[in-house]
Amino acid sequence: MPKTFVIAMKEIKTFFSTPIAYVVTMVYLGLSGYFFSESLHTAFPLASVAPYLTNSLFLLILLSPILTMRLFAEEQKLGTIELLLTSPIRDWEIVVGKFLGALVFFSFAIFFTLYFYFVMEIYGSPDPGPAFSAYLGFILHGASTLAIGLLASSLTSNQIVSAVIAFGIIFLLSLIDQLGSFLGGFASTLVTELALTTHFEDFARGIIDFKDLVFYLSLISFCLFTTTRILEIRRWRG
Amino acid sequence: MNSTENTNNNTPVIEVSHLTKYYGNFPAVHDISFNINKGEVVGFLGPNGAGKTTTMKVLTGFMPPTGGTVKIAGYDALENSLEIREKIGYLPESVPLYTDMTVTEYLSFMGSIRGMKKNKLSNQISNVIEQCRLGDYRHTIIGKLSKGYRQRVGVAQAVIHEPEVLVLDEPTIGIDPIQVVETRKLIKELGESDRTLILSTHILPEVSMLCKRILIIHQGKIVAEDTPNNLSSRLKGAEQISIEVKGPQKQIQQTLDKINGVEFVQIMENTSSKNIYSYMVQVEQNLDLRSTISKTIINNGWELLKLQNVDMSLEEIFLKLTTREEF
Repeated sequence: MPKTFVIAMKEIKTFFSTPIAYVVTMVYLGLSGYFFSESLHTAFPLASVAPYLTNSLFLLILLSPILTMRLFAEEQKLGTIELLLTSPIRDWEIVVGKFLGALVFFSFAIFFTLYFYFVMEIYGSPDPGPAFSAYLGFILHGASTLAIGLLASSLTSNQIVSAVIAFGIIFLLSLIDQLGSFLGGFASTLVTELALTTHFEDFARGIIDFKDLVFYLSLISFCLFTTTRILEIRRWRG
Repeated sequence: MNSTENTNNNTPVIEVSHLTKYYGNFPAVHDISFNINKGEVVGFLGPNGAGKTTTMKVLTGFMPPTGGTVKIAGYDALENSLEIREKIGYLPESVPLYTDMTVTEYLSFMGSIRGMKKNKLSNQISNVIEQCRLGDYRHTIIGKLSKGYRQRVGVAQAVIHEPEVLVLDEPTIGIDPIQVVETRKLIKELGESDRTLILSTHILPEVSMLCKRILIIHQGKIVAEDTPNNLSSRLKGAEQISIEVKGPQKQIQQTLDKINGVEFVQIMENTSSKNIYSYMVQVEQNLDLRSTISKTIINNGWELLKLQNVDMSLEEIFLKLTTREEF
């Protein structure tokens, strides 16, 4: 088994053996139910999961930092990072492994919201295409927030500090597009394009745009790359 | 001290030359060089903060050196860090463990990230569990184990992949005396194969019990390097002589003090009988004054009851070496 997967498997096992992940998932699914039923209580309800997913993006502002705060902060607190960094495994393999572990657990939690689609199937005729693209966008959006959380976790040995940093960054990136209405011209375009939520909109409409894919994937790559560099800096500092 | 004589003609497994490590502007390790041969059991001895842990962290590939080179089994620590890490088993001082895993899960994880195949791994897990006497705890959550058992789990993960070089940083610190004896026994066993073992400690009896060679590190430098026995005899010159004399205390002290070569005379205690005192005579290095002292005492009409060379314990050598400015 490649070492990246060994790390990912370890993280997945740890997620399932600690209560935090279960509690977070439970609360997430509970609130999802609320957002879902709310998305149907409109004058002209749509047989689409997209409105629900758009609303629940904001849950990720809290969910992702809590899922990722442990990943490096705990290793640094326990000192186990020293064992990882002295094992014959590359720094990026550790980073990618941890990211994949968190992503798998995240997808596991999201999986339980799929039944919303089948509920709609009973009462209406939802279009599977847009539902697929909305879920794809949601996973990409989630993966980006997890990558930000992972980066925050590598900065500290305190899980709370890590969660707060991640919360701050994700919160800002989720709402920054609202500044666009105050600013004009280039600045407006910049903040709109920087916002995580802007890039979800196309997915919600059933469009898989290359531009949005590139945005999410480069944000994820940037975070993972920076995390790897931070591990390296920690080595030099001892 | 830049060059090292090898005690035998084996090729060195570990070659450290002019290793320097700075933390910011602070030199934790300054220009140290030493070689360690295959199968050697070497002890790093030094007070807290001497640079032992830093040296070990560089050896194990945890951090790169600021200057100098480290070669392990021919691989350079900077360029072939991964190859080096495959050959090393390491137990850091803090004994880091995943406290929510069971012993078996933990060993299995540590083996896997070192690239062990499934069959070999499960064999090795059984082996090290037996070797480290963890049989009754293989399915216990590590967080529930006592400090001594955690230490053994730490040792177990360090040897799971059968490393050529084993590095143990303060392996007996903070555990109870019975466990210390057990752990030392275990370390002794581990050092008996042809594995190279480096261990750091600030406990002297431990190092003389386990190691065939000692490197004394102080303020980031190697201040002495030898076998425990040689270290003692090398410093025998600077000797103390313990004597017991019946006679007037003050007068005896003054008389002995005047002998050429005597640095000072210290009155130790009044033994049970009247007028009998013990003295500690500090003599200049490489001078044997025993006959002069005995003659002086007898010529003055006092009774010499005891005269003995005091061998310096490693503890004293250690203090002597580390309190001197230059070696």
